[in-house]
Amino acid sequence: MLKIEEIWKTFNPGTVNEKTALSGLTLELKEGDFVTVIGGNGAGKSTMLNAVAGVWKVDEGKIFIDGVNVTGLAEHKRAAYLGRVFQDPMTGTAANMQIQENLALALRRGKLRGLRIGITREEREEYQEKLKILELGLEDRMTSKVGLLSGGQRQALTLLMATLKKPKLLLLDEHTAALDPKTAAKVLEATDRIVGKDNLTTLMITHNMKDAIIHGNRLIMMHGGRIIYDVSGDEKKKLKVADLLAKFEQASGGEFANDRMMLT
Amino acid sequence: MEIVKLFNALPGACAQGFIWGIMAIGVYITYKVLDLADLTVDGTMATGGAVCILMMLNGHSVFVALLVAFLAGMLAGLVTGILHTAMGIPAILAGILTQLGLYSINLRIMEGKANQAISVDKYNLLISLRWVKGVPFYKNAIFTAVLFIMVIIAILYWFFGTELGCSIRATGSNPHMSRAQGINTNLCKIIGLMLSNGIVALSSGLCAQYQGFSDVNAGRGAIVIGLAAVIIGQVVFGKIRGNFAFKLLAVSFGAVIYYMVLQVVLWLGLESNDLKLFSAIIVAVFLAIPYLKGKYFAKPVKKGGASRA
Ligand SMILES: Nc1ncnc2c1ncn2[C@@H]1O[C@H](COP(=O)(O)OP(=O)(O)OP(=O)(O)O)[C@@H](O)[C@H]1O
Ligand SMILES: [Mg+2]
Repeated sequence: MLKIEEIWKTFNPGTVNEKTALSGLTLELKEGDFVTVIGGNGAGKSTMLNAVAGVWKVDEGKIFIDGVNVTGLAEHKRAAYLGRVFQDPMTGTAANMQIQENLALALRRGKLRGLRIGITREEREEYQEKLKILELGLEDRMTSKVGLLSGGQRQALTLLMATLKKPKLLLLDEHTAALDPKTAAKVLEATDRIVGKDNLTTLMITHNMKDAIIHGNRLIMMHGGRIIYDVSGDEKKKLKVADLLAKFEQASGGEFANDRMMLT
Repeated sequence: MEIVKLFNALPGACAQGFIWGIMAIGVYITYKVLDLADLTVDGTMATGGAVCILMMLNGHSVFVALLVAFLAGMLAGLVTGILHTAMGIPAILAGILTQLGLYSINLRIMEGKANQAISVDKYNLLISLRWVKGVPFYKNAIFTAVLFIMVIIAILYWFFGTELGCSIRATGSNPHMSRAQGINTNLCKIIGLMLSNGIVALSSGLCAQYQGFSDVNAGRGAIVIGLAAVIIGQVVFGKIRGNFAFKLLAVSFGAVIYYMVLQVVLWLGLESNDLKLFSAIIVAVFLAIPYLKGKYFAKPVKKGGASRA
């Protein structure tokens, strides 16, 4: 479903801030794979997702989604294949538009937007049903501005928007990191439900090692802009947080895992 | 300071206010919907009039003239849009560049003259300052201007409810999210700028007819008047919850209030040469108020911000 071939990305080349964030990263995902991604700060996790999403062009290498070479495709064109949820709850929704209008925008991802009405009555009923799945009571607030929602509600809504039109690939970049533990658990639960229901191919970045082990069928660890550990199936199920920490220590040359990774 | 003098001047100010209300609606599209400060309008506010008057002087009907004025405005918006999106020039600077270039183009349109007069007696104008009082209502300048506003608001209300209109609103609200949802934000910005400048040029065309001449300086400071109208509309009618059409209506009434206030300060003895300074101060104060309010009279934040679940 996703094939990343030897991609390289250097930010601010030729300046003092030069930083090679991806160095020959290669990764292949099968249809229905739910891959959790871990790694220290600056390991290149977000950069990998941004490369797939086309936020900027990679310096070298190729990216295929479902067999289509998207390497040269602009961000808004690639969006047709992708569902994305970001770390910051502000990023994924349009704050001064209604809940239903946000959903309507998401439903039309990948379609030509013309002079047809922006949201139809049938759609509204559909959204009401879908919002119920989130169990946040949003189905009764369809015409509320999204800016009035809490961070957790916005993330849940963004998740629904990302999957409203079934994406070929779901990209989650620490989408629960800005939420309190209880809300984070709820949003993760919703994630599992939605991914499971449609058997979505998913890349989920997390700083929580436990979550990385519990969720998904495959786990990858990144360091220095490439994948240093890739585990799936039963082997992944048997993993312990301690194993991952040991792996991480080994990779980073003895330097201890950072605080955020230690959590739980 | 006879009060009669003021009353005599008010209907004219009202008509002019509504004509500029159309212009303010154009500014609203860029400033509020797209979240862009577009200074092109200082040029298009002269271009529309120049095109309209010259077309009419050359024997075209007023409707054709206005249509071409609208298209000329759109073209100016397209130039700013391309400078901004495809060439990566900041929106404000892109607008200034187009506006500056338009000055020469406007002079060319007006055959090298700084202004071009058109006689209301010889040509079939739609609107004129002679028709403010003592004419049948359908000929009245205020009626004509309001009619234009109603039609424009109706069309915009429809347009911003369409798929394309919604993606333009989304682009202004959150470009990052818009691209993630497959919206071509650059295209949306260009369309918004074109629409806005088209409407401004239309207003300019009406304004030139109203005054009986087009003027290369007609647009100087137009953005400030447009912003004043948007802000006044927001301050005066902001408490009333209304839909998009209502907000546009509020903006056009903001322009009327602006011209009424100008009339009053003129009547109070301010010189017309000082009006621009007066306008600039008013707009600066109103733009600063929300910021200062937030800074010195901060209430607990209710929405937005770095909300955590
Ligand atoms: N747009 C950018 N411009 C410049 N440098 C960038 C940019 N994006 C990322 N980087 C740099 O690339 C490196 C990798 O960053 P990235 O955001 O991918 O890390 P990450 O693995 O997501 O880390 P975190 O856990 O902190 O989110 C970092 O050194 C970062 O500073
Ligand atoms: Mg990151």
